[in-house]
Amino acid sequence: MYKIIQKKALNPTVTLMEVDAPLVARKAEPGQFIILRASEDGERIPLTIAGYDREKGTVTIIFQIVGGATETLNALNEGDFIHDFVGPLGKATETEGLKKVAVVGGGVGCAIAYPVAKKLHDIGVEVHSIVGFRNEDLIILEDEFKAVSDKYVLMTDDGSAGEKGLVTNALEKLIESGEEYDEVITIGPLIMMKFVVGVTKKYNVKTVVSMNPIMVDGTGMCGGCRLTVGGQTKFACVDGPDFDGFEVDFDEAMARSATYKPFEQKAREEACNLLKMEVK
Amino acid sequence: MPNMSLEKNKMPSQEPDVRNKNFDEVALGYTAEMAIDEANRCLHCKHRPCVSGCPVQVDIPEFIEEVKNGRFEEAYQIISRSSSLPAVCGRVCPQESQCEQKCVRGIKGEPVAIGRLERFVADYHNANFKDAPVKPASNGHKVAIIGSGPSGLACAGDLAKKGYDVTIYEALHLAGGVLAYGIPEFRLPKSIVQKEIDGLKALGVKVETNVVIGKTISIDELKDEFGYETVFIGSGAGLPKFMNIPGENLNGVYSANEFLTRINLMKAYLGDSKTPIMRPKSAVIVGGGNVAMDAARCAKRLGADVTIVYRRTKEELPARAEEVEHAEEEGIKFAFLNNPVEVIGENGWVKSVKCQQMELSEPDESGRRRPVAVEGAFNEIECDCMIMSIGTSPNPLIKSTTEGLDTQKWGGIIADEETGLTSREGVYAGGDAVTGAATVILAMGAGKAAAKAMDEYMQNRAK
Ligand SMILES: Cc1cc2nc3c(=O)[nH]c(=O)nc-3n(C[C@H](O)[C@H](O)[C@H](O)COP(=O)(O)OP(=O)(O)OC[C@H]3O[C@@H](n4cnc5c(N)ncnc54)[C@H](O)[C@@H]3O)c2cc1C
Ligand SMILES: Cc1cc2nc3c(=O)[nH]c(=O)nc-3n(C[C@H](O)[C@H](O)[C@H](O)COP(=O)(O)OP(=O)(O)OC[C@H]3O[C@@H](n4cnc5c(N)ncnc54)[C@H](O)[C@@H]3O)c2cc1C
Ligand code: SF4
Ligand code: SF4
Ligand code: FES
Repeated sequence: MYKIIQKKALNPTVTLMEVDAPLVARKAEPGQFIILRASEDGERIPLTIAGYDREKGTVTIIFQIVGGATETLNALNEGDFIHDFVGPLGKATETEGLKKVAVVGGGVGCAIAYPVAKKLHDIGVEVHSIVGFRNEDLIILEDEFKAVSDKYVLMTDDGSAGEKGLVTNALEKLIESGEEYDEVITIGPLIMMKFVVGVTKKYNVKTVVSMNPIMVDGTGMCGGCRLTVGGQTKFACVDGPDFDGFEVDFDEAMARSATYKPFEQKAREEACNLLKMEVK
Repeated sequence: MPNMSLEKNKMPSQEPDVRNKNFDEVALGYTAEMAIDEANRCLHCKHRPCVSGCPVQVDIPEFIEEVKNGRFEEAYQIISRSSSLPAVCGRVCPQESQCEQKCVRGIKGEPVAIGRLERFVADYHNANFKDAPVKPASNGHKVAIIGSGPSGLACAGDLAKKGYDVTIYEALHLAGGVLAYGIPEFRLPKSIVQKEIDGLKALGVKVETNVVIGKTISIDELKDEFGYETVFIGSGAGLPKFMNIPGENLNGVYSANEFLTRINLMKAYLGDSKTPIMRPKSAVIVGGGNVAMDAARCAKRLGADVTIVYRRTKEELPARAEEVEHAEEEGIKFAFLNNPVEVIGENGWVKSVKCQQMELSEPDESGRRRPVAVEGAFNEIECDCMIMSIGTSPNPLIKSTTEGLDTQKWGGIIADEETGLTSREGVYAGGDAVTGAATVILAMGAGKAAAKAMDEYMQNRAK
């Protein structure tokens, strides 16, 4: 059982939790994730490690309420316990040798992108963060991003904050203006990452994408998280979640992520799932 | 006077047409009367051929003798000398190729139903003897076990009984290994597995779920930082194989591991489970082992029309004979001599499977008849779900995070056959992690053998 030390609503549908999980905190690195079951009969869901404190033995997660499992999780409060919490899983984001990076996040994907941006900043990399949200009410981690970014560009679909438009517009503009990135790291809805790769391919800037397929075990046992990368089948939970964006078959990944659509409450899905609506 | 009937006492079972719609146990178990009647078919052979067929040498004639006399608890104690999981092995051992294959009664007629008797005895014990085992005094040595499958459970049990301070680390949220996430409820009720685990806990064994060794903690940390004197790796062979054919990543294509895990571990067969499972209309299962039979019978129970596609013939099916028989009775179809070459999709979902027709070659030097393609002959089987059950191999996670741990090319950990000792001092391994996908009884036997060697090693070091 894993105690919730802190709970904070970042926006109406995104929650931050700091969880007591010393064994996970000991080893966690940016880019890795955990799998949890909120309650004894709950579903196993993967969430990225948004932060960790090795001394306190805590791990921070930031999640968007999109369906049954995240709803159950959100119903827990400070002092309550998460039934299962396993990790750190997956490979850490590679940061070696980087000097200047654009981090492109969409919606709750920003929660996943933030620890990577922070780590890059901490090791002296020049970080340009481009984050996108549907509207100003949904913005998360603004101060945090600003603190670790040499440049921070905020985009909203409706122009209610920052600039109006998509993260791809902002990225293209920066590249056009002469910014030379060693790498672009992008995390967000599949469709957004696909379009980011569309831009970076044009300019031939290496791009790392963080894939989030449906998972069960997170250890390479079920094969449910498989993707086609460079024509080969890869398991996102052990071979990823980061992959070379130029190699990923996004169309297949989008089809696979819809496997359980008919099972997931449609209404809820349509109402809340920013992950997918963010860039429409 | 022995019972000279040529046939085994029949196993009372749920009717095929009833059971293929529920997940309750298929075989209901002998009554005491049937058990005694069956025990009387045993001739108590002096040369004990049956014992030589059992991988852990259960004293078969001796335990059956006690059953004859209605002394069931005594029979249980005899089995317990060699086996840690009789209620499990009595249910899932491939008896027809082990103990029962060697039984003299099998020369003319059916062998003695050794497995069914073992199950009866274990169930009798579980139902009637509820006292928790007494926790032995600690001897101060710490042991870590990786994985809670049959090998890990057996190793933990034997060491705990000797007073070792044993901790099992399990990656999933529930202990039991394949017994919990793979083999379905209707073949092995999960309450039986839970009982074994509760028994270990009563002996003082700690079970830490949600710990992935190699990720959360490495083997070196277990030894150097956590102070475990020895480590046993019983991590199984959980990495699913795919066929690498076009269309394999279409929606509706599962590995058997995913399909079975959703159903068993996540209880997706219960209507109110939080974990989604596809309820296929028609499912094609690829493979011919126990895993394929389990996947097929689960799909059937979810309401599908099921076809097992296998590239050889019925004679070569590696599954337990009883499972094949049960599957057939439950209305599962077989398409023998077929090998999938392409999965055909529509709107991202599986629509059909294209199979190459095969035939068996003349026996080669090894006497094996290999399947070879019949030039130009293909079949297309319509389905909305395809489940790959073509085997698994050991997960590379532990190897890749443990310096100096030698493995075979295919991933199996190299370990001494008698002791389970690996290329790392104080690190032992056994079960599917060493042999590749095998059987419960072999995994259990390997766990026991390693426990013995680990005990000797730690006692010698202490001197
Ligand atoms: C490596 C990884 C890291 C992730 N990190 C984050 C994060 O930091 N914050 C965050 O908000 N979300 C994250 N996600 C997505 C998160 O796991 C899903 O939003 C969550 O599982 C939804 O569950 P639900 O029952 O609430 O919703 P449901 O109604 O069940 O599903 C809504 C959508 O979530 C996805 N989903 C459902 N079940 C799973 C599952 N078992 N595994 C993966 N995706 C699933 C599907 O695309 C589905 O359409 C991550 C996913 C992965 C694979
Ligand atoms: C569907 C199915 C049906 C079967 N039917 C039969 C049958 O009828 N008869 C029979 O004799 N055999 C059968 N088998 C085979 C039998 O179940 C296995 O041979 C046996 O379970 C192997 O035991 P094990 O202890 O080696 O490993 P497993 O039972 O595989 O257990 C390994 C455990 O280790 C855990 N683990 C793995 N890696 C790590 C890690 N890094 N850190 C922590 N934990 C880890 C896993 O989660 C798992 O719980 C079947 C197998 C399957 C899949
Ligand atoms: S353990 Fe298995 S092989 Fe041995 S006697 Fe029992 S059923 Fe037969
Ligand atoms: S071989 Fe058969 S008849 Fe002989 S002792 Fe063994 S079980 Fe009994
Ligand atoms: S989540 Fe099961 S293999 Fe990746």
